[in-house]
Amino acid sequence: MITKRIIPCLDVRDGRVVKGTNFLGLRDVSSPVELAAYYSACGADELVFYDITASSDGRKLFTDILTEVASTVFIPLTVGGGINAVEDFDRVLKCGADKVSVNSGALKNPQLIRDAAMKYGDQCVVLSIDAKRVDGSFRVFSKGGRENTGLELIEWVKKGVSLGAGEVVLNSIDTDGVKGGFDIPMLEAVCESVNVPVIASGGAGNEAHFIELFQKLPKVDAGLAASIFHFGEVKIPDLKQELAANGITMRMIKEQTC
Amino acid sequence: MLAIVDYGVGNLFSLKSSLKRLGIDALVTGDANELRRAERIILPGVGAFEDAATKLRLTGLDVLLKEEAAAGKPLMGICLGMQLLFEASYEYGEHAGLALLPGTVKPIAPMIGEGLKVPHIGWNGLIFPKGKEKSPLFREVDEGECVYFVHSYAAVDCGDAVTAKAEYGALLTAAAGKGNVMGTQFHPEKSGDTGLRILKAFAEL
Repeated sequence: MITKRIIPCLDVRDGRVVKGTNFLGLRDVSSPVELAAYYSACGADELVFYDITASSDGRKLFTDILTEVASTVFIPLTVGGGINAVEDFDRVLKCGADKVSVNSGALKNPQLIRDAAMKYGDQCVVLSIDAKRVDGSFRVFSKGGRENTGLELIEWVKKGVSLGAGEVVLNSIDTDGVKGGFDIPMLEAVCESVNVPVIASGGAGNEAHFIELFQKLPKVDAGLAASIFHFGEVKIPDLKQELAANGITMRMIKEQTC
Repeated sequence: MLAIVDYGVGNLFSLKSSLKRLGIDALVTGDANELRRAERIILPGVGAFEDAATKLRLTGLDVLLKEEAAAGKPLMGICLGMQLLFEASYEYGEHAGLALLPGTVKPIAPMIGEGLKVPHIGWNGLIFPKGKEKSPLFREVDEGECVYFVHSYAAVDCGDAVTAKAEYGALLTAAAGKGNVMGTQFHPEKSGDTGLRILKAFAEL
């Protein structure tokens, strides 16, 4: 049985993880390399790195860090942030990324999805979407959730998948940061409209929110979160134990060392 | 020396890094002499079967791999690299493989039934065939341990060459092997600690 995935997400600026962490035992809590190793040892099923750097110097630092992470952590790595062209795919895949997520870059130029999928395969292209309720319908936002594109969520997700996106990350702006649980209605609408893996993002505050997610939406493949993992509010080994105890298929690792 | 066959197919970064983590300095090469000198060979691969099979044929590496396998050298295929070891693939037409393992490669969509997504992407547990000795690759792996899959095609009609399966709407071939020739459909280099133990077992064969 294929397992549901638990995915910590790390925002990286100028080669450092943004948003502090309070992990004990880590020498350097803002080192992406140390954090990645820590999460891998905890049983994280995949890692997502978002490059929120604006400068080209920062970009270089990011790919250096990515190379180091991919040399030491042997689970799937997804990279996003600043992906606007096929050359950006090339740049991060060479450094050991397995999948690349596109967001604003694909909104500006949807053909990017097709071009990248043709070159690297659908499984490599992740469509990341920030969406929010506006006047009773789900709308897609760009630029980190700042700009309303006017696009209707389901139309965009269907288009993205038909162009070749092999996976969708749906981040609900409405629930993001609230820690009141994932946006079940929005996720359900997406799960019903496409047949590629859907990763839920935005809103997780505790273990029960993940249980609710996978029980209410069996079609959701993964749950993604950032600060609750970074601050130790939810510990991945405990979370996976709890999910397994609730009948959700999980990957349990043999030598958990965190 | 362990050699990874470089024939222009797929990204070898993670494979090389994971071997390095095990203390194995693998040589990534497409050079026939170097491959002949190697003690064991890994055939990686991502992408389309026909393209990869053509590249092997044009470089003469298909003949080399068959000769080295016949001489008893340990050979391990990973993902598309494993599919190439079978007799043929039905990915967009019919294409001959190296025929080092019995079986053919077919789309999983008709096998797994409605409602399941293709490709089969993610972590899935290994199931070992009952009443059969465990493959040396899985010497240090327990039944049920999860490994990472990304594929839309799988080997069928492999007879007793199947060494592990994974449940995804059907029991899909996760690994196969016969004597010194073996392969995994999943990616050991992306399968965390479990994957490292599998690569280590191959390196110590």
